[in-house]
Amino acid sequence: MISIFITAFVVGGLICVVGQLLFDVAKLTPAHTLCLLVVIGSVLDGLGLYEPLIDFAGAGATIPITSFGNSLTHGAMAEAEKHGLIGVLTGMFEVTSSGISSAIIFGFIASFLFKPKGTI
Amino acid sequence: MVARGLLTFKTNPSIASTGVTAGPLEKKSPFVSLFDKMYDEEQSGAGTNEQGHAKMMEDACMIALSKVDSVPEDADFLLIGDLVNQMTPSNFCAATVGIPYMGMFSACATSVSTLITAALLTDSGFSKIAIAGAGSQHNAVERQFRYPIEYGSQKPETSQWTVTAVGVAAVTPNKKGMPSIVCATIGSVVDLGMTDPLNMGAAMAPAAADTLQRHLDGHGTKITDYDCIMTGDLGKTGFELYKTLASNNGIDVTENFRDAGEEFYGEDPSFFAGASGAGCSSTVYFSEIYAKMLQGEYKRVLLIATGALLSPLSFQQGDTIPCIAHAVELTMK
Amino acid sequence: MNEKKYAALEKEISPKTPYLRNCIKAFLVGGTICLIGQFVALFYMTYFDFTERTSSNPTVSTMIFFAMLLTGFGFYKKIGQIGGAGGSVPITGFSNAVVSAAIEHKSEGYVLGVGGNMFKLAGSVILFGVFSAFVVALIKTILVKLGVVSW
Repeated sequence: MISIFITAFVVGGLICVVGQLLFDVAKLTPAHTLCLLVVIGSVLDGLGLYEPLIDFAGAGATIPITSFGNSLTHGAMAEAEKHGLIGVLTGMFEVTSSGISSAIIFGFIASFLFKPKGTI
Repeated sequence: MVARGLLTFKTNPSIASTGVTAGPLEKKSPFVSLFDKMYDEEQSGAGTNEQGHAKMMEDACMIALSKVDSVPEDADFLLIGDLVNQMTPSNFCAATVGIPYMGMFSACATSVSTLITAALLTDSGFSKIAIAGAGSQHNAVERQFRYPIEYGSQKPETSQWTVTAVGVAAVTPNKKGMPSIVCATIGSVVDLGMTDPLNMGAAMAPAAADTLQRHLDGHGTKITDYDCIMTGDLGKTGFELYKTLASNNGIDVTENFRDAGEEFYGEDPSFFAGASGAGCSSTVYFSEIYAKMLQGEYKRVLLIATGALLSPLSFQQGDTIPCIAHAVELTMK
Repeated sequence: MNEKKYAALEKEISPKTPYLRNCIKAFLVGGTICLIGQFVALFYMTYFDFTERTSSNPTVSTMIFFAMLLTGFGFYKKIGQIGGAGGSVPITGFSNAVVSAAIEHKSEGYVLGVGGNMFKLAGSVILFGVFSAFVVALIKTILVKLGVVSW
């Protein structure tokens, strides 16, 4: 029980370190870095490696943006298993819809409530 | 050899007054006591950043005019610029004050390019009062050139903070006891292949060094002739680079070298390498430098405003950052 | 002074990127966000009918909600400045990108401003996520059909 908290912290932190190295060493912009990490997550799931990581690290693997690529691919592959090629299209957002829908809903609600502050 | 881009004013037009307005964060500036009007809120009470920006410009113009006991109807020209798309804050400011207007853009070097143009109009006898200046508003500029204000991107130590400030000067025919505009050098665009929009000082430093060299050679002056040689918004990193470039050119870099961007927020590390923006050079020139000239502390100064001529589009398309620096020489007799 | 020489001079004079310090900060900030996520997941597993597997969806939504509040009150940009990738790589950074763009553009109205710009930063993540998922799933499906690998 305790160990999942430690692995969540360490694995999540390490994925962020990869991102930081992409910022600082590869000189990528935040947008390029995030896109690359999403693609990496998607490929790892294709190789069947991301689900074991989630079992090992819990939120340490589901909170970083790599999990977004993973869950898109996972949904697509799960549907493809049932319905063949067409499932690749229909299953895409099966697993990941909650992230996108909450971002849209909360983003819109925020635009009613807040305005940019611009202080330090 | 005909010296290109050099100007000498026969009648030495004067800066009869200045008007400087600034936003809430600028209260941290060591020059704050010299600013004419401060706002408690970034948008200066207007509905949007851009409207607040325009209001700040109007107020600065009115302050400068009121100091020479004038109203907008007395002014012949308004030459002003900013960094927002199509310079709408300047345009709206001009619509409100109703002075014949020409918007000018040299990015953050606009303070000097407008001053030079105002001096030319005055020198040629077409203008009794010309308002020249430039401004910027942090939120309006950041959202255009970089990210939304609340976006959590990590800024490196070389990045600079766009000021919320406007500085304008009322240029009149020569008046005794007022700082006057003697000569100027129009900069040429220098691009040494820098591409990092979070290190603009490094991009602009070669332009500043180039204009300094051209001004000294063209007008036959030396560093020691000036009490102060102040660049616009190179910031801590760019200022170091500029001084290195200047000394590589055989110029003796003295204490007289100053940079408005480097000094604007003092030593506060939360502003990283210092200030930038069209309002940075204009406010420091028209408050700190102007005040020191009136007091007689500075008799002769060279102001070199620097500008990075990039757009978000040119950066995204992978272009380098072309830069410019315009120089103007003021004396106090 | 040519471009090459100037680039060398610029490198020498500009402050060095503190690689190690940035990485440590990214590790701590990113790790902490994931740790909080793990507590949220525990909450959903304990008080609601979620398993270890299914708790990730409500956890992600909750973290997005937290990041909305932090962005709106002006704290998330400080987290991003300190943590670097530690602030932007977790899903909270995705939320920050959406929310910051949404509130930034409300001055242009809810349709053209908020609606048109909400995904101006985060949209590319969705695009590349979806397209790479498409390609990966397609390849896998074809390989399975050919009998090279199995599900």
